[in-house]
Amino acid sequence: MHRLIGSIALATGLGLAGAAWSAPTQDILRGYENEARQANAGFKPNAARGEAFFRSEHASIKGDGNKLSCAGCHTSDPRQSGMTRAHKRIEPLAPAANPARFSDAAKVEKWFGRNCQDVLERACTAAEKADLIQWLSTVR
Amino acid sequence: MTDKTNTLLGKRRLLQIFTLTIAVGISGALFADDDDRERNLPSADNAKWRSECASCHVLYHPALLPERSWRKMMSGLERHFGDNAKLDPTTQKEITEFLAANAADRSSSRRAQKIAKSIPATQTPLRVSETVYFTHKHNEIRAEIWQRKAVGSKANCAACHSEADKGNFDEHMVRIPK
Repeated sequence: MHRLIGSIALATGLGLAGAAWSAPTQDILRGYENEARQANAGFKPNAARGEAFFRSEHASIKGDGNKLSCAGCHTSDPRQSGMTRAHKRIEPLAPAANPARFSDAAKVEKWFGRNCQDVLERACTAAEKADLIQWLSTVR
Repeated sequence: MTDKTNTLLGKRRLLQIFTLTIAVGISGALFADDDDRERNLPSADNAKWRSECASCHVLYHPALLPERSWRKMMSGLERHFGDNAKLDPTTQKEITEFLAANAADRSSSRRAQKIAKSIPATQTPLRVSETVYFTHKHNEIRAEIWQRKAVGSKANCAACHSEADKGNFDEHMVRIPK
């Protein structure tokens, strides 16, 4: 409960300041950014690349002609709630709409781990993760 | 004693009898209804099962499938009905043991036992909707109802059974969305 009140207070404070960045989100983003720099020293997270990544469609491995994308389940608007294939609500991805997002590094890794395999059939790179978080954090 | 006190005592007596009758009635309703015990699957809870399994789908009660089904399912989470649902080994083990300990064939509830008995020993179903118990209980549900937007699929128990996660499949509580 205290955490919830804390999150609300934090979100309100940040809302007034005009940014949806929380300290844990910044830490998580910085972690991926540093990791990406090891492969590419000049790497900088890019919101436009993150958005394109989120919307890009990939042919399903099942060969059923279905196109898979992040937006497929999360909807094309990350401020909205989405739905899993099993009809369960997915809370919004954008921290502006859901302050709990990107606040727990282990949870973020768990879901990148699962969903990147489902959509891309491979792990996402640190650069892709950084770009995506950069974009989602700027969505109002 | 005056007539007035007598009347007062009489009223008090009546009130006592009235209260007692209500109390007996309520406890009778609470303790005598064996049917409720059959309608509900036994209560079972585990925090990791609740948080991990319910992030993508309805929280399926462990007594809906036999132990062998849960063990098979939990050993193949990297391809879980087509999706990756991989867990860290500690969480995976904890949830597997919770599901196994409360599975249909290890439960004393009448409904759980009926579910277990409806599955031939040679079969290890992974979908609750493929058990004979399920198909028999839902034989009057038309194809059109399963396809309604608010239902979506046979996996979405909570669309009609609002307390599915608690193991409550009481037919009287079923509300089919339009």
